[in-house]
Amino acid sequence: MKFAVITFPGSNCDQDCYHVAQEVLGQPTDMLWHKDAQDLSEYDCVILPGGFSYGDYLRTGAIARFSPIMNSVIDFAKNGGLVIGICNGFQILLEAGLLPGAMKINDNLKFVCKYVNLEVVNAETPFTNQCNKGEILQVPVAHGEGNYHIDEDGLEDLIANDQIVVRYEDEAENPNGSVMNIAGICNKEKNVFGLMPHPERCSESILGNGTEDGYKIFASILEYVTKGSEQCG
Amino acid sequence: MNWKVEIKTMLKKSILDPQGQAVESGLDALGYKNVSDVNVGKHMELVVEDVESKAEVESQIEEMCERLLANPVIEDYTFQVEEMEG
Amino acid sequence: MANKPWENEGLTEAEYKMIVDILGRKPNKTELGMYGVMWSEHCSYKNSKKVLRNLPTEGARVLQGPGENAGIIDIGDEQAVSFKIESHNHPSAIEPYQGAATGVGGIIRDIFTMGARPIACLDSLRFGDLNNERVQFLLEGVVEGISGYGNCIGIPTVGGEVYFSESYQENPLVNAMCVGIMDHEDISTGTAKGVGNPVMVVGATTGRDGIQGASFASDELTEDSEEDRPAVQVGDPFMEKLLLEACLELIKTGALVGIQDMGAAGLTGSSCEMASRGGAGIELDIDLVPKRETGMNSYEVMLSESQERMLVVPKKGKEELVEEIFEKWGLNAAVVGKVTDDGMLRILDEGEVAAEVPARSLADDAPEYDRESERPSYLDEVQSYDLSSLSEPEDYNEALLEVLQSPNIASKEWVYEQYDHMVRTNTVVLPGSDAAVLRVKGKEKGLAMTTDCNGRYCYLDPETGGAIAVAEAARNIVCSGAEPVAITDGLNFGNPMKPEIFWQFEKCIDGISEACLSLGTPVTGGNVSFYNESPSGAIYPTPIIGMVGLLEDINQATTSDFKDEGDVILLLGETKDELGGSEYLNTVHDLETGKVPELDLDLEKRVQDTCLTVIKEGIVKSAHDCADGGLAVTLAESSIAGGLGAEVEINSDMAPSSLLFSESQSRIVISVAKEDVEKVKNQATENEVSVTKLGRVNGDKLIINDLVNMKIGEMKKRWKESIRSKIEG
Repeated sequence: MKFAVITFPGSNCDQDCYHVAQEVLGQPTDMLWHKDAQDLSEYDCVILPGGFSYGDYLRTGAIARFSPIMNSVIDFAKNGGLVIGICNGFQILLEAGLLPGAMKINDNLKFVCKYVNLEVVNAETPFTNQCNKGEILQVPVAHGEGNYHIDEDGLEDLIANDQIVVRYEDEAENPNGSVMNIAGICNKEKNVFGLMPHPERCSESILGNGTEDGYKIFASILEYVTKGSEQCG
Repeated sequence: MNWKVEIKTMLKKSILDPQGQAVESGLDALGYKNVSDVNVGKHMELVVEDVESKAEVESQIEEMCERLLANPVIEDYTFQVEEMEG
Repeated sequence: MANKPWENEGLTEAEYKMIVDILGRKPNKTELGMYGVMWSEHCSYKNSKKVLRNLPTEGARVLQGPGENAGIIDIGDEQAVSFKIESHNHPSAIEPYQGAATGVGGIIRDIFTMGARPIACLDSLRFGDLNNERVQFLLEGVVEGISGYGNCIGIPTVGGEVYFSESYQENPLVNAMCVGIMDHEDISTGTAKGVGNPVMVVGATTGRDGIQGASFASDELTEDSEEDRPAVQVGDPFMEKLLLEACLELIKTGALVGIQDMGAAGLTGSSCEMASRGGAGIELDIDLVPKRETGMNSYEVMLSESQERMLVVPKKGKEELVEEIFEKWGLNAAVVGKVTDDGMLRILDEGEVAAEVPARSLADDAPEYDRESERPSYLDEVQSYDLSSLSEPEDYNEALLEVLQSPNIASKEWVYEQYDHMVRTNTVVLPGSDAAVLRVKGKEKGLAMTTDCNGRYCYLDPETGGAIAVAEAARNIVCSGAEPVAITDGLNFGNPMKPEIFWQFEKCIDGISEACLSLGTPVTGGNVSFYNESPSGAIYPTPIIGMVGLLEDINQATTSDFKDEGDVILLLGETKDELGGSEYLNTVHDLETGKVPELDLDLEKRVQDTCLTVIKEGIVKSAHDCADGGLAVTLAESSIAGGLGAEVEINSDMAPSSLLFSESQSRIVISVAKEDVEKVKNQATENEVSVTKLGRVNGDKLIINDLVNMKIGEMKKRWKESIRSKIEG
């Protein structure tokens, strides 16, 4: 399968995502510059990486969503292509309207970087098919604005359509005050996934606390793309 | 004609404002016990050039707010337009 | 012009006369301003240069020693590491967020200027009493500033230190270190040569911010300092992220002759230093400098310290390539002048010569002073303080808890959780262990890095304190499985015009030199920050040592936490009755006095060699430097981090307080599987190092003789929450 990682001005996890896709997962991966609008149909999955696109000025993701390549990403997603937005990538997906809701500043107003326990709520998506429902993953977060907000109607829709993909295990694990401890959601069609935690930071046992739980997210994508949607999710 | 525009964005009233809460407790700690309903927003200033009517400026600003300057999911916005002299 | 024009620029009358001699005429305002910043202590090291020459700067791995933007060491495979530490103390005292943020931004620029990709930052911080509200404000602001800048630019902040002592109450210390990695072929320098080559300003525009920042750093803090706020610059990490990417892309093209950060002294400093290194001259037209404010005169343009700017000299004909790369990243790049052969720094303003001075005279010919030096009178009193009269604590559990809760010992989680310490996915050992360890992608090796200094020791005995700072840094590197390679030093002291302060400075340098020679870690660069004084006095002498080490095999990275029940705990080195200057004295007896622990550098080296050898054999489960807080704290920390208790029995006739809390040097606590104990003992014997079996990893309690008996959970709670609870109430 083939990945594309998009670099916006201020992205800083683009190389990390590239490393995991290309070196750890072993799949051909291209880095795309945000100014280069293009047909993305040759790719199986587009990654919007973490970082501080446009310095997080105005609002997180608010300016990046108008980068020329975002129209290509929107077309790609509308045609069923897999899009995963991690951290700032998630924020961009919200601003672009590819996912519902909005991001607020963390409850305690501080940036937070640490491992958190994530509960897999929906294990039948292209991004989580290698996990079990209810499984706890240890994945690091690193953000100042991950306090996910959605109005009540929107929340009911998310629940009704199984769009909540991962949640912080409980209130104590929730690093930002997000509604219903939400850490990551997908669209109704399940092909666009945004999450605040960083799976690319825990896909190799040599790093940090040694867990490789993040690898399951990338392995799920590979599984979905290579085996097709019938078998998984 | 050139126009000076001031735009204010605030979190919607229904949405909890962590910064506002922090400011409120800070004021409380300083002894200002009679303060409530603190909200923190953003203030922006810009100049719109070469537009003849105020109504046209207002509709442009409205569009800017909807598309970029505010996030309509969680923020309300207000603005003031003033003609610039000279 | 005023009667004594030199005073406005922080110069002395004698220095003014030197300038008149150099020029053969009186300098104009712009010229005098340029000399003022370049001859400030911050830029010229005029009060410290002679002493700094005593530091060892050569070693097999040193590719670039002091004198460039940052030092460089060889790490094999045609790769090199560039690293440096720099202070931003006074700006942080005035405006903590921006002061710290721009400190981080400045040191990062120094590293990528050398052609290296920055891979990690460390921050060494000192504040006053944490119970004080102003101190809390400073701490919160500084940490947020580091977090705001470092996180945004995407360089992990992987380590550092935070210490609290009243000596830093009004003059906090903020020293930022950055480490970068590069291929040998990409090593760049700040050199201007080749007559006719263009000189370009790239990055941000120039405004009036930070004019005379370097002079500001070279003065004591007074009550008026708060009103000097305009001297503090505002950082833009987003701009610097773009600048970083653009510069590294540009360096890769091979189109550059030289590149230099515009930090202290702005355009003046970068242009005269580049010209001086290249033995050339530079002509600049200030009309061509992209500005963000109108009506700036030559004085303001030359002295502006606007952030996120660089001066580059490309080869002639490569101007368009430079512009293209910077355009891609949305940045300015403007030709502002050219390299000449006359050795002069010539500034043109609207076609007129606004300044014309020999570049070398600005960059290198500042006067060097022999400052008066005198042993401080307080030393006799503190060093002869009789500790034997102190009472033993009634309850050693309580005493240990008290020490664990001291903000100097307690978990720094509240701080490092605000730093992104994992971005770039190289962080193998997370903050909280002895040293940070990073992998080098695509290679087997790894890098370890740490900053260390015990300012209290340096106050009580500057020479021993300076040496201990180096020894402890090396010990931390070794405990993480790496070979110590080289250091950068952040030298923070009071006013050097006071003989007692200058004596402290000289002695600390002596101690550092001795230790660097013994441990084989040369100095590759650093920074001197004097005038760290406020009306209530000088700070403790605080020479912060930033050290980098090399692991041959990243899989040998070792952490301080106990790993498995039943493992045997061993002490390399010996505990002596040395409570002077200890954290125990500070917290339990409220005393900062006494004779500091002795340091035998030869023994230190043997202990470290022993530890590294057994780590390389692959038998060491955990290794932890035994230093601040003593043996009891070391064991508690390994227990807390591993979530495993320890049963320890030590035979000693020492007073229990010394046994538990003495801070004797050259000690390392390791744990190994039972069957590997003999191997460690053999190695220790071979190296003539004492090794003691302390006990074993077991259960959920820390038990030491009949003195300490506590649940790990209880200790962890107090240790972990101490700083957070003081700040958040």
